Amino acid sequence: MAATLIDKIWDAHAVARRSDGRDLVYIDRHVLHELHAPHAFKKLADAGRPVRRPDLTFSALDHTPRSAPGRDDRNAEGKVIELLAAMREGSHRNGVRVFDLNDAEHGISHVVAPEIGMVLPGSTHAVPDSHACTVGGLGALAFGCGTTELEHILATQCIAMQKPRRMRIRLEGQIGPWAAGKDIALKIISEIGVAGGRGHFIEFAGGAVRALPIEGRLTLCNLAIEMGSRTGLVAPDDATFQWIAGRPWAPQGAIWDRARAKWQSLSSDADAEFDTEVMIDCGALEPQITWGTDPAQAFGVSGRVPDPANAPADRRAALIRALTYMGLTPGQPIEGLDVHRVFIGSCTNARLPDLEIAAEIARGRKVAPGVRALVVPGSAKVKRDAEARGLDRVFREAGFVWGEAACSMCAGSNGDRGERGERILSTTNRNFENRQGAGARTHLVGPALAAAAAVTGKITDVRKLMGGAV
Amino acid sequence: MEAFKTLCGVAVPLIEDDVNTDQIAPVGLGPKINQDYAELLFLRRRAREDGTPDPDFVFNKPQFARPAILVSGRNFGCGSSRESAVWALMAVGIRCLVARVFADIYRENCLQNGVLPVTLGDHDADRFESLVVADNGRGAFVVDLEAQTIVAPNGEVFGFEIPPADKQRLLLGLDDIGLTLTQAEQIAAYEARVAIESPWQQRADIGKAG
Repeated sequence: MAATLIDKIWDAHAVARRSDGRDLVYIDRHVLHELHAPHAFKKLADAGRPVRRPDLTFSALDHTPRSAPGRDDRNAEGKVIELLAAMREGSHRNGVRVFDLNDAEHGISHVVAPEIGMVLPGSTHAVPDSHACTVGGLGALAFGCGTTELEHILATQCIAMQKPRRMRIRLEGQIGPWAAGKDIALKIISEIGVAGGRGHFIEFAGGAVRALPIEGRLTLCNLAIEMGSRTGLVAPDDATFQWIAGRPWAPQGAIWDRARAKWQSLSSDADAEFDTEVMIDCGALEPQITWGTDPAQAFGVSGRVPDPANAPADRRAALIRALTYMGLTPGQPIEGLDVHRVFIGSCTNARLPDLEIAAEIARGRKVAPGVRALVVPGSAKVKRDAEARGLDRVFREAGFVWGEAACSMCAGSNGDRGERGERILSTTNRNFENRQGAGARTHLVGPALAAAAAVTGKITDVRKLMGGAV
Repeated sequence: MEAFKTLCGVAVPLIEDDVNTDQIAPVGLGPKINQDYAELLFLRRRAREDGTPDPDFVFNKPQFARPAILVSGRNFGCGSSRESAVWALMAVGIRCLVARVFADIYRENCLQNGVLPVTLGDHDADRFESLVVADNGRGAFVVDLEAQTIVAPNGEVFGFEIPPADKQRLLLGLDDIGLTLTQAEQIAAYEARVAIESPWQQRADIGKAG
């Protein structure tokens, strides 16, 4: 019978049907982090249960470490982060490898897992973090989960779920200059809404996806959760296999050949049926930016702030609240607004090509007076690779701060935060009220618009700044 | 997990769409091991800009100091997968949520903690929300999971649907891990089969093994 890619990976990992009707889906790679794992380690120990597969379980320390150089277990405010010690202790006691702060493989788990070859096409992956879906960009099925589910996976190496509905989002057309994976994702969310993918897993398909580099596909899948879907993926292709080949943990030699042969079947059959199909035209897509307080409140950078008076009655109050929080007036252009901070980083946009785009704009320019601009690579490897290309010097000479890999300002859980009323252009994934600091105003953008704002001090159409056609 | 059978208490109205987990339980204030989850609950929304409590925010009103039920709009619990956004509500006594729609991961986190997520049809939801707002913390709402009903203080009865498996799990307070481990032999058999068929799936660093 014709099957979608989601079905193929799910069915290949369905160990058994549980008595309550849920499938036990085997988890090939489980990556923990310090915000949630210490609690689960303790509960597991209290129940006298071992970790079933410590060799398939890994601990990342990414949410709380500060991004300033020369760091230790203190956060950006100088407080000792007790979760880090608890994480190491629980991991060592259970035989789980820790990617510690000074390891060559340290970084944000969603960046590290693909880049070392830990995540492979057709595999399953779980992280107690909603952006686990990022690695769907390699054709893996990834689950963000809560703390109790994490404990369940530690004890059983399975997640107990009912198979959700399947959605295919076809993205066609050639995106415009300076647009990339982030812009496609924001465009989708603005069309289907923050709950549009609820109850579904999403397969992203179509020419605009095929044309994306692998890092762009990781960015696109990273934002599946902001569409309301627990996960999203892209069928792997030759570009995927080339990207993975030779990465340190990836199969080699004869096993690589076997794996690759198997991965060739990882696509939805031509006559496979999806529960929901969406088609979005990405032709000439311009760089996108959010204006409000959820990721669906996004438009092209040439847009004007919407007028709540024109909105449906049941959405009006929420719109007014969003505009008030963001300090915006209906009808005003988004371009030209003063910017106070710029953050380039996070599991969304802190891979090497993201930094290369930003550096291209920063090169030979200066961060505008009054703007604090921070670049935080997604992993120690991204940092090394960027430094080998001299990108750190480009950023530093322009006046950006160049940080150590961590989640940093994405959720501010390491103390990197904005101040009340500050307008922040951020390459992250959530523009919720207060997320980047109490009263801080977040605009989500890709690295190009972020860098353009840093060097001009205003929300700026990067296409005009860089002298291209608009 | 504590079983859920019936619940009786005050219903607190937060009739908004897209209430996200960053609002319910913000993470940005120096996360620690022994967290007071009640303190986290809507931490930022409870305070005004000068840091003093906002008397207009519903969770600051004295009649809602110890609620049993939270009533909200569409897409409740969207955003981060953090389970603290369920624990923070439990810490003040909430064991039942009524919303138009729940975010997927959040709903699962509720079930994992014996918290009942109820969705009502749009017509019933309109009526129920207006009753809860008008009641303003005076009366007791009674939730009966076995009967799948919520009875308002005025006697009006609202029926709700819930998948039978979720209902059983809540009624029995099942130990989810224990349930799965009854099938440990099947898990071991799967691992043995895959180790032969697709060895790269059963060895994380197979590349290093050469």
